[in-house]
Amino acid sequence: MRFAWVLPTVAALLAAGMVPVLADTVTVTIDKLAFSPKEVSVKAGDTVEWVNKDAFAHTATVKGGWEVMIPPKKTASRVMQAGDTVEYFCRFHPNMKGRITVTP
Amino acid sequence: MFIRRPFAALAMLSVLAAPGFADPADKPTDPQIAHIAYTAGVIDIDAAKQAIAKSKTKAVVDFANDMLRDHQAVNDQALALVKKLNVTPEDNATSKALVKAADDERAKLDKLDGAAFDKAYVDNEVAYHKQVDGALETLLIPSAQNAELKSLLETGLKIFQGHEMHAEHVAAELK
Repeated sequence: MRFAWVLPTVAALLAAGMVPVLADTVTVTIDKLAFSPKEVSVKAGDTVEWVNKDAFAHTATVKGGWEVMIPPKKTASRVMQAGDTVEYFCRFHPNMKGRITVTP
Repeated sequence: MFIRRPFAALAMLSVLAAPGFADPADKPTDPQIAHIAYTAGVIDIDAAKQAIAKSKTKAVVDFANDMLRDHQAVNDQALALVKKLNVTPEDNATSKALVKAADDERAKLDKLDGAAFDKAYVDNEVAYHKQVDGALETLLIPSAQNAELKSLLETGLKIFQGHEMHAEHVAAELK
């Protein structure tokens, strides 16, 4: 039984809190100066990744908080923490706005 | 404000019987629109270069670099598009009026230094982008015939609107 050891091992690791629940990645696409979807909901520990299809640099900026630089035609991401529910905007084009809701 | 003039001129050109758009119902052609949009970008790039050379304020220089980067990117896209569409941008009275007004403004700004320059540059950026937004919305986008040109102008409008807000933020920081 090759896998006989797997379940007890996983169970033991989970019990020890060593294997986190698999985190998801939620993608926000930037195209023609708009975040899409505009609002996303993620769990704490999930990653939000921004895929910039524009030829322009953008940011995901939280006033008084964090900022992610998203270069033209590149992808950037951030792991969301509990309590990170935020409104964000692009510092270069403040007419671009989005919202992230983080649930525990 | 210098920027009132080119678009006052632009409004007149479209409304009155003036060279370029002789008939009131005569809208700018796609080659003219391409030229006007490209010229509007070049003007802001030149203004940014002046600010980068003259200003010692980080927020102003950063903003100018943002303008330089974005307008260069838009104009690169515009050049690629006219090449693809095999359209030759056509100089016209509106483009000429824009360039003349920008030359005057640049000469005016050149005489200023320090905080006076920063304020004049950023205030002008707010007003200039506002004026271009108006022209894009009311004249250039509705007049554009080619769907790809129209789409690029619509992206350009969002860029200009974003820059206007960005400039307003910088203006608030300077106070």
